[in-house]
Amino acid sequence: MAKYLLLKHYRGAPASVNDTPMEQWTPDEVAAHMTYMNDFAARLEQTGEYVDSQALAPEGTFVRYDGAGRPPITDGPFAETKDLIAGWMLIDVDTYERAVELAGELSAAPGAGGEPIHEWLELRPFLTAPPTITE
Amino acid sequence: MDGALLDEALLRRLTPSVLGVLVRRGADFAAAEDAVQEALLEAVRARRAGSAPSASGDEPPVRDPKGWLVTVAWRRFLDANRADLARRRREELVDEEPAPGLTTAHDDTLRLYFLCAHPSLTPSSAVALTLRAVGGLTTRQIARAYLVPEATMAQRISRAKRTVSSVRFDQPGDVATVLRVLYLVFNEGHSGDIDLAAEAVRLTRQLAAALDHPEAAGLLALMLLHHARRATRTAPDGSRVPLAEQDRDRWDTTAIAEGVAILQAALARDRLGEYQAQAAIAALHADAPTAEETDWPQILEWYDELVRLTDSPVVRLNRAVALGEVDGPRAGLAALAELEDSPSAEAGKGHPLPRYSAVAAYLHEREGDLATAARLYAAAAQQAPDLAERGHLTRQAARLNARRRG
Repeated sequence: MAKYLLLKHYRGAPASVNDTPMEQWTPDEVAAHMTYMNDFAARLEQTGEYVDSQALAPEGTFVRYDGAGRPPITDGPFAETKDLIAGWMLIDVDTYERAVELAGELSAAPGAGGEPIHEWLELRPFLTAPPTITE
Repeated sequence: MDGALLDEALLRRLTPSVLGVLVRRGADFAAAEDAVQEALLEAVRARRAGSAPSASGDEPPVRDPKGWLVTVAWRRFLDANRADLARRRREELVDEEPAPGLTTAHDDTLRLYFLCAHPSLTPSSAVALTLRAVGGLTTRQIARAYLVPEATMAQRISRAKRTVSSVRFDQPGDVATVLRVLYLVFNEGHSGDIDLAAEAVRLTRQLAAALDHPEAAGLLALMLLHHARRATRTAPDGSRVPLAEQDRDRWDTTAIAEGVAILQAALARDRLGEYQAQAAIAALHADAPTAEETDWPQILEWYDELVRLTDSPVVRLNRAVALGEVDGPRAGLAALAELEDSPSAEAGKGHPLPRYSAVAAYLHEREGDLATAARLYAAAAQQAPDLAERGHLTRQAARLNARRRG
């Protein structure tokens, strides 16, 4: 019973095997990809392992406090930022091995030519609630 | 209407025996469980409305809550399974109910525990099913307690029910898996609107009453002894207070006395198991008026027993702490070094043993090597699996670094 975040990167992850950018796929290939992602989420809900999934817009703003009584400073987006999160799926599974298995399946989503993308996904465990019995 | 008599706690206590009645009448487990859940919800609604549900036309639930729940649940079951039942006459089903006395409510309860913790279930499924079918919690409450969407938890529970649907209700199960599930509920609950630790104590108490087994008693004692310290484990700001720094005057002495009494009765039967041994360690901590007066030599002996019983790396890690208290930090560090080379450490490769660095840091600090200790505390904080632990370890590192700067 542990939660893991499957993080999908726009950039910052190593290159996928099938790394033709999405805008160069055929419309059918894009549709097949979307269907695969939706089916995957639906299947996880059926197995009682799904928590959440979200996609993020690629462009964001950096914000910071600028002192009392002043509006926050905004900046960016920064083209040089190496790591860019595209979205995530949050799962609740029994073991680390199961999390790896599911990440592997998600990474097999079809891309150009209908072939699996073999995309690198980042798997990050959530910090848990503290256990009661520690000694 | 007397709401106190029909509070949700009472309804939930009745859940397993009501479910047992339906199953003995011939309802399959999954359908019976759904029906009982609906009856519970209806009872809660009736209570909130301040009256017995008019649709039922039965005695108000308050006079005979169990009878009322059985009636309503049975009716729900019939409604949902009418097509099925057309093939079997209802009278037949009722006739199948054994004469009173042949089966007790205790037996029903016990069978439910075994079924819900069946070895074919994954731990998270067994936990969810136990909380719903034995504990009488709603899917929503369980979902909130484990921070997953209600739809996900509903699927997890219905899958679990499908998994155990072919298991015969009257087959004896494995006590160890039942105890493990209850241990998980106690140890890994989030704090939502349901107090999972208290719920685990309640369910384990109910189990220990129905099942004559020293490890069930041992687990109940273990929970009570840890539950007794609950108010002192967390500072008002949410940070963790380690055992040695807890305000012992605020420990719940009633719970401790009960835990110790249950443990002693269990130990007297001379069938030691890991929960009894863990409870013995908790009892020795509970018994010390101050941290300095802790009987570490006895605790170390219990850890030796635990190593024999489980050979778990976590136990060996805790044993190294106890050894450090008895024979000094160098002995503790030597035990730790052995742990690193052991086959069990190999098996866990890629997943560093939680708290290994934290224990090493503690022992190095006691030995006087503050630089190493600070470095290890910081590393341990990075690996900490929960936020409270990470905060605690970060403060330890900060404390030592401040001291070294002088």
